[in-house]
Amino acid sequence: MTTEPIVQLDNLRRSFTVRQKVGRLRRRMRVVQAVDGISASIQPGEAVGYIGANGAGKSTTIKMLTGILVPTSGRVRTCGYDPVPQRRLLAREIGVVFGQRSQLWWDLPLRDSFRILGAIHRLPTAEANARTEQLVDRLALADLLDTPVRQLSLGERMRGEVAAALVHRPRLLVLDEPTIGLDMISKERLRHFLVAERTEFGTTLLLTTHDMGDIERLCDRVLVIDRGRLVFDGTLPSLAERVALQRVLVVDLPEPRPDLQVDAASHIGSDLDGQRQRLAFSPRETTAAKVLAEVSAVTEVVDLTLEEPAIEDIVRTLYGVG
Amino acid sequence: MAELSAAEAYRILIGSRIRSQLAYRTSFWLNVATSVAVGLVEFVEIYAIFANVPVFGGLDLRQSALVFALGNMGFALADTIFGQLDTIPSYLRLGRLEVLLVRPMSLLLQLVTSEVQLRRLGRLAVGVLIVVIVLPGLDLSYTAGTVYLLVVTPFVGAAIYGAFFATAGGLQFFLIDGGEFTSAFVYGGSYAGQLPGSVLITPIRILFTFVFPATVTAYLPSLLIMGLPGPRFLPAWLGWFAPVFAVWAWLLAWLAWRAGIRRFTGAGG
Repeated sequence: MTTEPIVQLDNLRRSFTVRQKVGRLRRRMRVVQAVDGISASIQPGEAVGYIGANGAGKSTTIKMLTGILVPTSGRVRTCGYDPVPQRRLLAREIGVVFGQRSQLWWDLPLRDSFRILGAIHRLPTAEANARTEQLVDRLALADLLDTPVRQLSLGERMRGEVAAALVHRPRLLVLDEPTIGLDMISKERLRHFLVAERTEFGTTLLLTTHDMGDIERLCDRVLVIDRGRLVFDGTLPSLAERVALQRVLVVDLPEPRPDLQVDAASHIGSDLDGQRQRLAFSPRETTAAKVLAEVSAVTEVVDLTLEEPAIEDIVRTLYGVG
Repeated sequence: MAELSAAEAYRILIGSRIRSQLAYRTSFWLNVATSVAVGLVEFVEIYAIFANVPVFGGLDLRQSALVFALGNMGFALADTIFGQLDTIPSYLRLGRLEVLLVRPMSLLLQLVTSEVQLRRLGRLAVGVLIVVIVLPGLDLSYTAGTVYLLVVTPFVGAAIYGAFFATAGGLQFFLIDGGEFTSAFVYGGSYAGQLPGSVLITPIRILFTFVFPATVTAYLPSLLIMGLPGPRFLPAWLGWFAPVFAVWAWLLAWLAWRAGIRRFTGAGG
């Protein structure tokens, strides 16, 4: 028996007409293809990362599959529904977190947002309370329940947002840039929760991100979009085969030095006459700690930063290879 | 487990809004006081006219005050419930509408319940007070008909003004920063509704009766209550059909709102 895909996109397109001023009175109409023929399907239980540069068409796709935007042509089905005409039915099956736009009631205590969302989803009070309690426990929100949302830190608020999107136990959770602006600990806590949630309930996950760490920790499949077209659809290891998903350890040394040579990483550049050096390594083969240990054996390290692979670079390499 | 009833869902929604307003008592009462002051200042406008002329649009001060008060009560109720719809431009600008669209409740109801401005009831109090003061002096015959009109008019008026808010709300989707437009449309409509309709020039009178039925919110029912005939093109008996006008106003509102949502989902945020 084949199950129906949870998201099905067939040659999906969306164009926008942009009016540009030319001279004082004349206007020129320009048609921009935001999404230019995307086909893909996501099965229940999958965790899919959807990546691309800014303006590549990620948000437009998300809007179309959540029922906020009508496609110009092609077909989209989400949870078996036609998103825009059946928007409110679909809303009961999906949870959406727009990283930049809060769905919480900013002037009310966090607790109230969960109550109101439970009511909007028409959950029986006992069921809503039980689920909220579970989410509060797992996302460590208990101490924040009586705090008005506007007083929460970004990391606290994002945990609240994710809990809010899950109160009604959606089959599909869509996360638009869930970790943007978060510190490492907040990111890790959120990822850890999402992994556990998926394991327990089999929730399908679709997330857009600029952070390869999100993809590595959360997703077993990656879609890469560039200028409205799908340029890659496959597993993370197969993406890694085509592009080097290398991290870069940047170390600041007390004084200029010749290029560092270590086993675990390759030297890719020096600045300030060698006082700042850049070492690339593959996280599949080694860890930042090992690279750092090797460097520390040779010289003192004053400061360090770790750079994630940039999505823009990944897209560029995909083009170079393909 | 059975699904939560719609009534219970709205009770939770509205209850939370009301609690949040009452959380800051001082601020709440200051807001109520301001709202009362706005109602009084508006009445002073009418009063000032009568300081100069004995009769305004065929009505004396008491009679005009009744029109003003009934209209104001209807508008205050509508403003309390639907006043939030004038925040649509800021929802559009901040991209917050997307968040509301992925919830299983109508957008209109979500916006309406996003803020229930109790303080706006201060104006309602002004209206009630004026009615209580002027009624004894009007020398009315209290038949079933006049009592019915006195009780029902503010609510039908609220329905009509509410439809104005919703119509303006729907049109906001077509405008860039349409806050000014809503104000002009809604407050203009309410202004027309609280004056004796006979002072409006004929085209405006027709516009604010048969297209946007503002004169039906207070003026025409008041004429019936006081047993007066209407001016040209505006027979008083139209006042009996106020609920029909309200249905018409909501039909317009529904069309404008639906067009607005279609515009939004078709053209993006």
